[in-house]
Amino acid sequence: MTAVRLAGMPRRGAGMRPARNVAPYGFVAPTVVLLLVLMVVPIVLVIGYSMLHGAITTTAPTFVGADNYIALFTDPDFWNAALNTLVFTTASVVAHLLIGLGFSMMLNSRLLGAVPIAIFRVIYILPWLFTAAIIAVLWRLLLDPQGIVNYLLQAVHVVGSPIAWFGDPGTALFAVVFMNIWAGYPFFMISLLAGLQGVPTELYEAARVDGASPLQQFVNVTLPHLRPIVISMAMLDVLWTTQQFALIWLTTGGGPISVTEMLSTFTYKLAFTGFDFSSASASAVVVLAFSLIVAVFYVRSQRAER
Amino acid sequence: MSNDARRRLKLAGAALAASAVLLTAACSGGGGSTASNGKVTIEFSQWWGSELPKGDLQKIADEFHAKNPNITVKLLTQPYSSLQDQTTTAGVSGTLADVVGLDGAWVNNLVKQGALDNLSTEIKSTKYDDSQLASQIQIEGSTYMIPVVNFVYPLFTNDDLLAKAGVTTPPKDRSEFLADAKAITEKTSAKGWILPLGTTNPNGVQNDVMSWLWASGGSMLKKGQPDLTNSGVKDTIDYVKSLYDAKVVADGTFTLQEPDKSTQFTNGQVGMMIDSLAHITTIRQANPNLKFSISAVPAADGYTGKRGIPYASWGIGVANKSAHKAEAWKFVQYLMSKDVNANISSLAHGFPGNSTATPDFTGADPLYQQAFKIYQAGYPANEFVGLPTSDQLMRDFDTELQKVLNGNESVDAMLTTTQATWKKAF
Repeated sequence: MTAVRLAGMPRRGAGMRPARNVAPYGFVAPTVVLLLVLMVVPIVLVIGYSMLHGAITTTAPTFVGADNYIALFTDPDFWNAALNTLVFTTASVVAHLLIGLGFSMMLNSRLLGAVPIAIFRVIYILPWLFTAAIIAVLWRLLLDPQGIVNYLLQAVHVVGSPIAWFGDPGTALFAVVFMNIWAGYPFFMISLLAGLQGVPTELYEAARVDGASPLQQFVNVTLPHLRPIVISMAMLDVLWTTQQFALIWLTTGGGPISVTEMLSTFTYKLAFTGFDFSSASASAVVVLAFSLIVAVFYVRSQRAER
Repeated sequence: MSNDARRRLKLAGAALAASAVLLTAACSGGGGSTASNGKVTIEFSQWWGSELPKGDLQKIADEFHAKNPNITVKLLTQPYSSLQDQTTTAGVSGTLADVVGLDGAWVNNLVKQGALDNLSTEIKSTKYDDSQLASQIQIEGSTYMIPVVNFVYPLFTNDDLLAKAGVTTPPKDRSEFLADAKAITEKTSAKGWILPLGTTNPNGVQNDVMSWLWASGGSMLKKGQPDLTNSGVKDTIDYVKSLYDAKVVADGTFTLQEPDKSTQFTNGQVGMMIDSLAHITTIRQANPNLKFSISAVPAADGYTGKRGIPYASWGIGVANKSAHKAEAWKFVQYLMSKDVNANISSLAHGFPGNSTATPDFTGADPLYQQAFKIYQAGYPANEFVGLPTSDQLMRDFDTELQKVLNGNESVDAMLTTTQATWKKAF
């Protein structure tokens, strides 16, 4: 196609007043300013702090380059927190996915009537309605040595004496993982249920005609349709779970004996109890770098879906 | 230019102006203000207002304003838990309120930041008689915090549980305490003692562990430096471990917090606890039928000297960057004056920071008067006040102590490790 310019008409852009050229920038200015103030500036500041000694706490911090990162990577407490975070995140994400998938398939089943499904839907989604503080209080009460869980376990002779689930170094990590699984599976369940409801029934009918068993239908029809949702959800969950702070802080505080110390609580303690904002910034930058890698994969998977 | 283009330009201009406002808002700070008529408003950030009967702190601020019509005090009240982080960040950004409510644990760091005014200068320049102050929190010889009200931590004992266990009087020394704790655990459904060592707020190290040391005249410091390997500290940790090993301590020690302590005592789940006097009212309200007594924390067997009694303070300081230091100092002096200080102490059920003030016990729980006698017979002891990163020091100690109690480490190894960690902080 050829562009035709009428005689006497100014060339596009050339004759426009500067003010009109500025207008689009004016429109995007609030967003740009918000992004600058809320995202870019804090991130740049934290990266800057991570290369200083005595950031924030002293009036004249000194530049130390990568020293804080070297100190961090040679600190066994950091690796303990990283390992705990890895275990916590992997177990939580896998369990969220499996439980979410199981419950969503149950809610999508035709074997149950509309009323039981509605009741189960409300029950299953309940954990998602609570804030982290309420979840923490709830599970502290449930898992208290004098709590209902210990009472029931003792009543059926599974345990002889009460167990301090959050307070025993042997069970604390398991307890916080369990609590986090309980708190997070409904999000998977709802998303996967939406995905399941979008699978055309004709495909199942065709599979049945071809003699596919229920397992084969699940593997060859259901899973391929859920794959984009599963990948997106898993990556988002990895990001969220890696940064989980409130549930850990309000139940164990990273203890006992650091067995539930996560990168989030480790960083918080460096900053707000050790007042070592430089090391805390270095730790935060490491978490940010990891999150960015996951975010890049997430964006790529989103593009591939399109 | 067409009307449409003009309208778009106006809209773009408005958006640009909005961004400018956003930027300005993001960069602006807090602090007091001066009106054109010379009247000054000073800000007072604290958590006290949320713990005093509603409106009482405002009444005190209003009475100050009535006596100093040119100065208005604006109260900025936050819960204690959120105020520490806010004070730290405000200290960094130079936006501390003119008058700052302080906990002794925060002072060292704020002074390092240059956020607190050197009150020794104000004391000298106004010729203030500081001999009336019960204590001052000093860093390198200069005062940065003045305790307004002190809350002591005596031993609370459940009368009914002690009676059921065959104990007639609260324990006076460590052997009696261990025997009583065992008797309560064996003869009742409750545990003898509760030891909250949760690391979310590790103040159990200060209130429930080191209190045993201070009650026997011991110290964890030597010439201002950590001295954790001395025999007094070792005996204390050995003793705490002996209680833990005897299974007289409430379950879940490693994640319990201070509120759990008073809750379990209130519910009759434990027979004895070391707790703040400030919790008497809460306990009475939660369980009016509970009969309990208070006494001094038991000392080492045979110790006859004065007993250190742990305490926490409502402290006060002035922001270094305050534009109204003179007015802020005037308000501090007002709070520390004999009558006002006695009034605040009575309202808070604490003991006055002004040594000449006497709290009014009229109509108050008789236990307060008893506690005042214990306070006067001993001396306030809290060696964590004013130490660098004292919360972190407690947390380091706490984690190592948990290893000892769990059987992962010996007491000697624990104290040597913690001593080395503490040294770095100093």
